[in-house]
Amino acid sequence: MYHKDKFTNRRYTLLGIFTIVALILLIRLAYLQLYDDSYLLSAENNVVRKEIIFPNRGLIYDRNDSLLVYNDAIYDLMVIPRNIHTLDTLRFCRLLHITRDDFQKKIKKAKKYSTYKASVFLAQLTKDEYAYIQEELFKYPGFFVRQRALRKYTAPIASHILGYIGEVNEREIKKSSYYKPGDFIGKSGLERRYEKLLRGKRGIHYSLVDVHNREQGSYQEGKYDTLAVQGHTLQLTLDKSLQAYGELLMQNKIGSITAIEPSTGEILALISSPSYDPNLLVGRIRSKNYKALSRDSLRPLINRAVSGYYPPGSTFKLLQAAIGLQEKTITPATSFTCQGPNSVPIKCTHFHKSPLRLDEAIQQSCNSYFWKVFKSILDNRHSYANTREAYSRWLQYVYGFGLGHRFNTDIPFEKKGNIPGPAYFDKIYGKGHWNALTVRSISIGQGEILVTPLQLANMAAVIANKGFYYPPHFLRKIDHKPDTNFRGKIYSGIAPENFEPVLKGMREVFESEHGTARWYKIPGLSVGGKTGTVQNPHGEDHSIFVAIAPLENPKIAISVIVENAGFGSTWAAPIATLMIEKYLQDSITRRPLQKRIIEGNLLNRMKKK
Amino acid sequence: MNKRSSIVSNLDWISVLLYLILVSIGWINIYAAVYNDAHQSIFDLSQNYGKQLMWIGVSILIAIIILIIDSNFFRLFAYPIYAFMLLVLISVIFLGKEVNGAKAWIQIGSFSLQASEFGKFATALALSKFLSSGKRNLSTLKDLFQSFLIIFLPAVIILLQKDTGSAMVYSVFILTLYREGLSGNWLIIAFFAALFFILALLINTLYIIATIILIIALIYWRWKAVRRYKMILLAIIIASSAYITSVDFAVNHILEPHQRIRVQVLLGLKQDIYGAGYNVNQSKIAIGSGGLSGKGFLNGTQTKFDFVPEQSTDFIFCTIGEEWGFLGASFLILVFLSLFYRLLFLAERQRTEFSKIYGYSVAGILFFHFAINISMTIGLFPIVGIPLPFISYGGSSLMSFTILLFIFLKQDAQRFDTI
Ligand SMILES: [Zn+2]
Repeated sequence: MYHKDKFTNRRYTLLGIFTIVALILLIRLAYLQLYDDSYLLSAENNVVRKEIIFPNRGLIYDRNDSLLVYNDAIYDLMVIPRNIHTLDTLRFCRLLHITRDDFQKKIKKAKKYSTYKASVFLAQLTKDEYAYIQEELFKYPGFFVRQRALRKYTAPIASHILGYIGEVNEREIKKSSYYKPGDFIGKSGLERRYEKLLRGKRGIHYSLVDVHNREQGSYQEGKYDTLAVQGHTLQLTLDKSLQAYGELLMQNKIGSITAIEPSTGEILALISSPSYDPNLLVGRIRSKNYKALSRDSLRPLINRAVSGYYPPGSTFKLLQAAIGLQEKTITPATSFTCQGPNSVPIKCTHFHKSPLRLDEAIQQSCNSYFWKVFKSILDNRHSYANTREAYSRWLQYVYGFGLGHRFNTDIPFEKKGNIPGPAYFDKIYGKGHWNALTVRSISIGQGEILVTPLQLANMAAVIANKGFYYPPHFLRKIDHKPDTNFRGKIYSGIAPENFEPVLKGMREVFESEHGTARWYKIPGLSVGGKTGTVQNPHGEDHSIFVAIAPLENPKIAISVIVENAGFGSTWAAPIATLMIEKYLQDSITRRPLQKRIIEGNLLNRMKKK
Repeated sequence: MNKRSSIVSNLDWISVLLYLILVSIGWINIYAAVYNDAHQSIFDLSQNYGKQLMWIGVSILIAIIILIIDSNFFRLFAYPIYAFMLLVLISVIFLGKEVNGAKAWIQIGSFSLQASEFGKFATALALSKFLSSGKRNLSTLKDLFQSFLIIFLPAVIILLQKDTGSAMVYSVFILTLYREGLSGNWLIIAFFAALFFILALLINTLYIIATIILIIALIYWRWKAVRRYKMILLAIIIASSAYITSVDFAVNHILEPHQRIRVQVLLGLKQDIYGAGYNVNQSKIAIGSGGLSGKGFLNGTQTKFDFVPEQSTDFIFCTIGEEWGFLGASFLILVFLSLFYRLLFLAERQRTEFSKIYGYSVAGILFFHFAINISMTIGLFPIVGIPLPFISYGGSSLMSFTILLFIFLKQDAQRFDTI
């Protein structure tokens, strides 16, 4: 049975609450909409415009605080299609130097994106273009200019290392919530590697604009604005003048130069030739130039210094010597005979005395000697049960020189090279069916062994340090404070004294009357080096040279590879010594040599094949 | 045959009409909020208005099904439905999908449903069932405690989903309890507790306590009749001071820093990462710029830009205020008020306790959403993100409010079928 309960009257309280709340809302609405016209003003006469303030990317300096990369302002002409009124299309097109068709196309595109959100109408105007347009722009409501910054380079060098920036693509936007369409992002090189340090922080500026799209001041005194923060300043390990000099020496040649400071692992110069001007990959011209560069048969976009694979050739003998000494299968006094071209199983192409000592063998680059060293290591049955075990131990030393793996520091496009492990030979020859003789070409740095020029320079650094290296890297300081990454010493496992005979041999390469680089002595400087020549199926041999200087206290370890240049001593050795002279003495005394190198054009040699 | 026609003739068509008006206003303004030249088909499922059209269809279908189901169904199954919803709410904590920081969504195909929306009608059913069975007396501690348990169990689970706004809705059941005999003092205490809670965070606690003492002293001085209750007045001063100090202490010392920021953001003291302060201001500009008669359909400028966030969901009232002005906005408020009056009227004419209590719960829930949502868009309440019933975009809220309302309308239509 339905009956009134004793609390029935309470419904009036509830009715009252509902009514009072509704009244409060109505009064508040009346206040906002009818009485207080500050809101009316701010919405009708002025529109709040949200403007992204793009941060300046961080600057990049070389090791001597000489500027490498900076920013240059450009301007995007933006459009909000909905806000366009009274447009004199003809005059507008004349102002912008575009055709009517262009105009229609661009407007259509903008409308397709959004009628009420801003999109780019004309991208990347220069300062002059902007100045010209700016004065007239207020006549065209719906259009405004947004300032952005592009990268500029103080010198046309180091493009492979620095990389370039470009607008984010969809994949990059999806990957990180930071990016919005139109943002710039490091696309390659150190720009990409250190994107997070360089990009800075976007700011937002809210401003009031009138119907003519003229800014009327900031909105709410900037209460909701955030400042843009410039990206961090980076100091690289590169020496700008050395880098520039190296690129000059390598012009019209294919190959690379890598110079490292042995005591820190800092890369002083890293040249890959042919190169290109980094300013080519900036702004509106980028895609056109990129296309041209990527079609070039000399492949200038490739960074040969870190991703080119070469057999180390005779330079590998330095490493064999150190390992043999460490394993005690040879001593500094060990002599082996050489039959020159009649030597078996590996011919020796160098004419020299026989028998000869270790340092003499390095100086003369004797193939027979190092075949015997390698054989003694693999056939060492005192320490190892079989070839496989001995080879595995040998391999550990090779890895200890930084070969066969990436350094995984901050080097863009770094490749790991190829040092075959025992499993590789097991597969080819069968387990237990290979020995020193089967893999003999490794003894002189040929065969399956492939290294990058960077690894070769690092190998020289290990010798300079007598047994260890710091992983090569590019970043030196962030905001003028030393970066602490990549500071771990890596030991090769070879005792310091075992490098002495090697260094002695390297010195003799320059100083002995038979040394393979005796023509390139630098007055007043003690340099150690080693030539290499590697056969190249596509043309003339590649010329290789590694060097260390000064020998008493090495400040630079360097590798030079010149493709199709013939003997190591003709091109690679002089280039290496000029680099050393430039770095350590800052002036070149051997002008004729410098002239010959700079003017030398080896590009046609490749095409001859 | 007879039964069907009796439903049609007994159904309260005034409520249905008000419902349809609200849903239509909602859809028109969702269309306006997301309107742009590029997408023009109203059936475009990639756009909110296209989806909402589909949700409206689904909701009307649900309403018809509820009207066909026997009215006793919901009364008999009130507890199982409640238990089932609790299970769903708990499972969402572990299996749910996170949206805007709240883990409250179930993914079904390409659509997501917000589970907490459906907890409301289930709780209303369970509470009605509990209060209507046997002789309950809300002045006894046992019945009071059990009622609170029914109400706060889902609220706590929803809090665990980090959906503070939806959890707050459950506090409105205090109105239902009040109607059913809860002492009016509770209402007053709840009001002052909420007031002091907010004040304690906004103003120095000493000022509040001083003000309270001053007011009580004034009352004591001016109102001779009160002087007999010295001890009670003293107790009020002590209790409220203790409460205010403990709120202050709890927020500043017991809460973790991130929880404290949440509270402060809730109260608009701090700007959150989405810039709550900025949003409210933009929302006020949008509404304020509407003036008396608004800028006209599709002519809003503020809501077109991305100035106002969540335009089609929690901030849909902005579009209404901007494009239809004071006239449109107050019309909407009056439609809502009419619906609340009508629901109270219907509730009072029920012949079973169950349907009467349920009716009050329906009115209370809708009222709470209405009051809080509009208050936050016009800057009277911190942003808590709960939808405007029948108006805001969103399938979950539209469906759950439809279910809530039509279960009651079904009860009402069959009020003469005595049990
Ligand atoms: Zn020889």
